[in-house]
Amino acid sequence: MSTDPPADGPSRTLGKHAVKIDGVSKSFGKTVALEPVWLKIRRGEFLTLLGPSGCGKTTILNLIAGFLEADKGEIFIDDELVTQVPPHQREIGIVFQNYALFPHMSVTQNVAYGLRTRRISKAETETRVREALDLVKLQDFADRRPKQLSGGQQQRVALARALVIRPRVLLLDEPFSALDRNLRTAMQVELKEIQSRLGLTTVFVTHDQTEALSMSERIAVMSRGSIRQIGTPTEIYDHPQNRFVSTFVGDANLFSADLLRKTAQGARLGVGGTTLDLDTYQDDLPDPGPVTLFVRPEQCTLTAPDQPGAITATVALSVYQGSHAELHLDCPASEDGRVMLRVPCGEAQDAGTKVGLALPQRGPAIYAKEGGPE
Amino acid sequence: MRKTPLDRVLDWTGRLLLAAILGFVMLPFVVVFIASFNESAILSFPPRSWSTKWYVNAFEYRDFGLGLVNSLKIAAFGATLALIAGAGFAYVLDRYDFRFKALLNSVLMSPLIIPNFTIGLGLLVLSAAASLPRSTWLVVATHVIIVLPFVARSVYVSLRNFERRYEQAAESLGGTPVHVLWTVTLPLLLPGLISGGIFAAILSFNEFTASLFVVNQSTKTLPVAMYDYVREYADPTLAAVSVMYLVVVATALVIVHKLFRLEKVLNVD
Repeated sequence: MSTDPPADGPSRTLGKHAVKIDGVSKSFGKTVALEPVWLKIRRGEFLTLLGPSGCGKTTILNLIAGFLEADKGEIFIDDELVTQVPPHQREIGIVFQNYALFPHMSVTQNVAYGLRTRRISKAETETRVREALDLVKLQDFADRRPKQLSGGQQQRVALARALVIRPRVLLLDEPFSALDRNLRTAMQVELKEIQSRLGLTTVFVTHDQTEALSMSERIAVMSRGSIRQIGTPTEIYDHPQNRFVSTFVGDANLFSADLLRKTAQGARLGVGGTTLDLDTYQDDLPDPGPVTLFVRPEQCTLTAPDQPGAITATVALSVYQGSHAELHLDCPASEDGRVMLRVPCGEAQDAGTKVGLALPQRGPAIYAKEGGPE
Repeated sequence: MRKTPLDRVLDWTGRLLLAAILGFVMLPFVVVFIASFNESAILSFPPRSWSTKWYVNAFEYRDFGLGLVNSLKIAAFGATLALIAGAGFAYVLDRYDFRFKALLNSVLMSPLIIPNFTIGLGLLVLSAAASLPRSTWLVVATHVIIVLPFVARSVYVSLRNFERRYEQAAESLGGTPVHVLWTVTLPLLLPGLISGGIFAAILSFNEFTASLFVVNQSTKTLPVAMYDYVREYADPTLAAVSVMYLVVVATALVIVHKLFRLEKVLNVD
């Protein structure tokens, strides 16, 4: 414990957490935007809040920034209690979806804004603005107005403006969604490089799972105001803990199955008229009875229709994707009647062909039936 | 696709109807415009001979010059005060939640439904009861009450459309609320505020009914001076004044229009 915490303040141990969210909740009238949430963001970490619109991810961002006041709970930034601190004293950098560059100021004036509010000397302001514009490769655009810049350039200005104040935390609110695909990928790489070079704690809000998987050190998947799973991209993709995460991140095939009994390695299931002995990592297997079996498309393999242990299916549609083909199968064992898997283009089958579907022993996860506890 | 004869008939009927409405709206101005060049001292129509002497007379008639100066002064002060009060009111209404908010809103919007003569009469009675002099400030106060709801409404709309992210970005960069208001909010709202101010000035410049109650000989506004003139003389001077009057107001409106477009450009950004 530290020596001099204020009487009602937090204990000042020099923690490794840049942001700590402690049981924070938020409602707007009768609408619950955020159930009580606990979240610790490590110093220098790139953490993504991923979820569909209305899941509460932007609410968390606004709470960290101080634009919203928490109903309950406390927020710490660098071990300092900031729950009641107004936004202008939080030393946070933000890049918004539409960038919110001040239209009546030049690029230089935009970037210098945060230094002028801090009454930093003219000479130092000039140096730091130049450094920030160098960092985002916009040296030659210093005198332009935001309107005269492309979307990608505007985003760089917004980033330079947020970074120049040397923020304790960088908040990114869907910053790539207004960019076209090629530019988006380039900006993602660039941002990630700058972020890790500066060792900047970053909270990234997005609804795009591809973006989340490629950029984050950890992802918090959210829905309906709460965090459904938090972990590294691999953990989230390979071991989704519930049905929501499995379908929201990546593609999922969900089968109706019967959990017959739990075994030493996992469980024995009846699915599509065959039995399957599953090795599973799960320690929260539901009770025997009807369950949902989750399998990634790349874990399914195509076999001959009469192969023992295979689930029968019929090709409904084959979609050419360049590097591979997507096969959509009609399969009675699937919850929605459809199964999707990816095959090399040469192995694509015509619609109407009967095929067999083999499920792997490792990898799939078992969830309680929809409607039950997830 | 070919047009049927019926389509054509409807087409032309529509055009004629539109022309008729436009003509009807413009008719008073056209009549006044032609009458203002009538040589005869009797306000008759159509004129038999032409002259511009009534324009000269309009400039030489002392009450019109005085009325114009008064009107401009009152419009300038009234619009400025209404703009400051209206903008402040709109800001509070947009940004804060409090009890009686709806009530305050309706009180401030009430001049929209209270007739102007009631407002004029009320202020006249009030100033008499308080033995206030019937000064220019009394006229200004009357006009502020009348134009305030219009200004507040127009600023309120600008604020509603204002992108709050600009302010949030500025705050995150360390701007105190006052600093943000001064460096971000006000500059971005400026086109809307200026248009609102000019709109208020035009309303004040045109106001007649309430002014009639609260002016005296020395604070007479131009519309009241024109009314007094027409009660004494029937010559085309008033037509000449009307034409000039309209030119001034139309010019101001064009400026407002330009500024409103400018505002759109800024908001799109």
